[in-house]
Amino acid sequence: MLTSNICKMVLEAPRLAKAALPGQFLIVRADEKGERIPLTISDYDAAAGTVTIVTQKIGASTTVIVDANEGDSFIDVVGPLGNASEFVTMSPEELAAQKVVFIAGGVGTAPVYPQAKWLHEKGVAVDVIIGARNKDLFIYTDEMRSVCDNLYLCTDDGSFGFHGVGTAQLEALVAQGKQYTRVVAIGPMIMMKFATLTAKKLGLPIIVSLNTLMVDGTGMCGACRVSVGGQTKFACVDGPEFDGYLVDFDEAMRRQGQYKEEESKWLQK
Amino acid sequence: MAAKIDRLKAREQDPKVRAHNFEEVCYGYNAQEALQESTRCLHCKNPRCVQACPVGINIPEFIAKIKEGDFAGAASVIAVDSSLPAICGRVCPQESQCEGSCVLGIKGESVSIGKLERFVGDWSRENLPVKATSAAPSGPKVAVIGSGPSGLACANDLAKLGYDVTIFEALHRPGGVLEYGIPEFRLPKDTVVKHEIDNIVAQGVKIETNVIIGRTVTIDQLLDQEGFKAVFVGTGAGLPKFMGIPGENLNGVFSANEFLTRNNLMKAFRDDYLTPIKAGKKCIVVGGGNVAMDAARTAIRLGADTTIVYRRTEVELPARKEEVHHAKEEGITFAMLTNPTEILGDDKGWVRAVKCIKMELGEPDASGRRSPVAIPGSEFEIEADTVIMALGTSPNPLIARTTAGLDQNRRGCLVADEVGATTRPGIFAGGDAVTGAATVILAMGAGRRAAAAIHAYLQSQ
Repeated sequence: MLTSNICKMVLEAPRLAKAALPGQFLIVRADEKGERIPLTISDYDAAAGTVTIVTQKIGASTTVIVDANEGDSFIDVVGPLGNASEFVTMSPEELAAQKVVFIAGGVGTAPVYPQAKWLHEKGVAVDVIIGARNKDLFIYTDEMRSVCDNLYLCTDDGSFGFHGVGTAQLEALVAQGKQYTRVVAIGPMIMMKFATLTAKKLGLPIIVSLNTLMVDGTGMCGACRVSVGGQTKFACVDGPEFDGYLVDFDEAMRRQGQYKEEESKWLQK
Repeated sequence: MAAKIDRLKAREQDPKVRAHNFEEVCYGYNAQEALQESTRCLHCKNPRCVQACPVGINIPEFIAKIKEGDFAGAASVIAVDSSLPAICGRVCPQESQCEGSCVLGIKGESVSIGKLERFVGDWSRENLPVKATSAAPSGPKVAVIGSGPSGLACANDLAKLGYDVTIFEALHRPGGVLEYGIPEFRLPKDTVVKHEIDNIVAQGVKIETNVIIGRTVTIDQLLDQEGFKAVFVGTGAGLPKFMGIPGENLNGVFSANEFLTRNNLMKAFRDDYLTPIKAGKKCIVVGGGNVAMDAARTAIRLGADTTIVYRRTEVELPARKEEVHHAKEEGITFAMLTNPTEILGDDKGWVRAVKCIKMELGEPDASGRRSPVAIPGSEFEIEADTVIMALGTSPNPLIARTTAGLDQNRRGCLVADEVGATTRPGIFAGGDAVTGAATVILAMGAGRRAAAAIHAYLQSQ
């Protein structure tokens, strides 16, 4: 357990581990009656044949996943799904010119890790800002420190590090003269919306990773549709990462809540 | 000459009762009923029914076995050409294939071939053990991508020829559209579908679920690193279409694929399964095919007052007559010559109504069907809290995108010749992935032809 309700798990999935790239996700189903839950991959080790996921108890099926014990197995794990992050396909020259700053929020901190790690290993300048409500809710700080140039921690209540949200920290860094070529924000939809507004203000391009509702994750159901630049895209096969400037976050947040009523009924059972 | 008796209608669950449950609608024939119906077959010298069957089942022969009371013999006759009799007996459009060609149908009613096939399939499941092949496959390794009807038929034929066949399935249960698309009340999963797939596995076919070809592993990796000598792509047509009208991303608008997958594969209709589903109080299903009927009949069972909206008339409905008839019996409203132009939302972003326009039939288009034309100024609103789009599907581009040398046509279908050979040697394809959305039996036929072509290809290597 990383916090009281966030859990890190290492899953054995050799084929998946061999194929995974930063930015991709997988789908796990805990047991016969569980939902298919999409989770962004937090680390992968092709040699060991393992992938790491970090899950927060949100609804019925995530509770089942978080409550699993070491040595348990999930009935299904499938992936990797979605496209890898854009920088994976960049040429060495393009990469060398990058100065990337990540803004990570909550459970979204974990999927930042493989991206920072990939860039750091290639010698690309990487800063990471992790935001949390208070100091007890940070995850992945030690791991992250080892794969970036500078790690900035901030808390909403000021109990640790910078007092304020991640986007305020970014503004402060830029005001201090820090230069970045792009922002990558991963976290709750509302955080990515505000990160996009900040990036726009600073004139920086921003990539966001959308954690929409999904069933199959392969383009079949269309539950994950999002409006990107006025066009309907499927987060599972066209994403999960998109240009933040183009995403209709208000629609995306509304669509995320489509089954809230059913979830709360289950949780009350 | 057989005595003149009427075609025997199969018993069905009362529409008023079945509109509230997911039990099978049609009970099929019992042995006595099957015997009675079997006597109607004239055993034509040139059986037109066999020619009309996409997999060429020897229909008069299996019906003759039923007439003799030799049900196991009937099963053996069907097994030569089809591994899925209990499935096809339920979901084939017999009225346009075998039964549509039956000589008896010219003056009266055709033999009820589908119900007889179903009887043989069901009788086998209940009375015959699963026949396992003891011999390990000795032939080269062949990969089959997708465990839907085309993949299953292809794998079954290849296994019979001694090939070492592995089916790769992206979802967590094998069956493809049989599992995620067709509802339980038309095709029971745990009994009928599972049993016929088990029979194929007993032939030595391996099925690996949760493997997405193009993501988890590519076709090139299967060929270069995993020792497969040929590949069959039977990945179906799984991408949903939307209308492109305003309001389609409102909460409460679903593709039929999403709605049916939640209900069928994820079993959302059962309280003990966690996947949620929303049929709403007033549901509008847009479309007129079998998938639209399946979605509407599922929605009504989940408690929604359900209306099907279709832009042509009832005559042009692409769905099977039987499905339309069943849907009506169950209380579904049919709004024909009606086309949605916009989905209207409330202040929280949920569907509140669908704005539609009245249509009339104009001049015939290239396909010969009279095309619907909007009547100006005839817009009206239908109240609804859910909308299900059942407008057809297209193939998933993932395999074509991740495999060099595999051509697609403009509609996103894989290019393949009549035996399934694609533009890349050693890779074959068939079913909806090649034709676009069609039927279970046409996909099976394509899978069988490709199996023969793969056999010829590997023998020539």
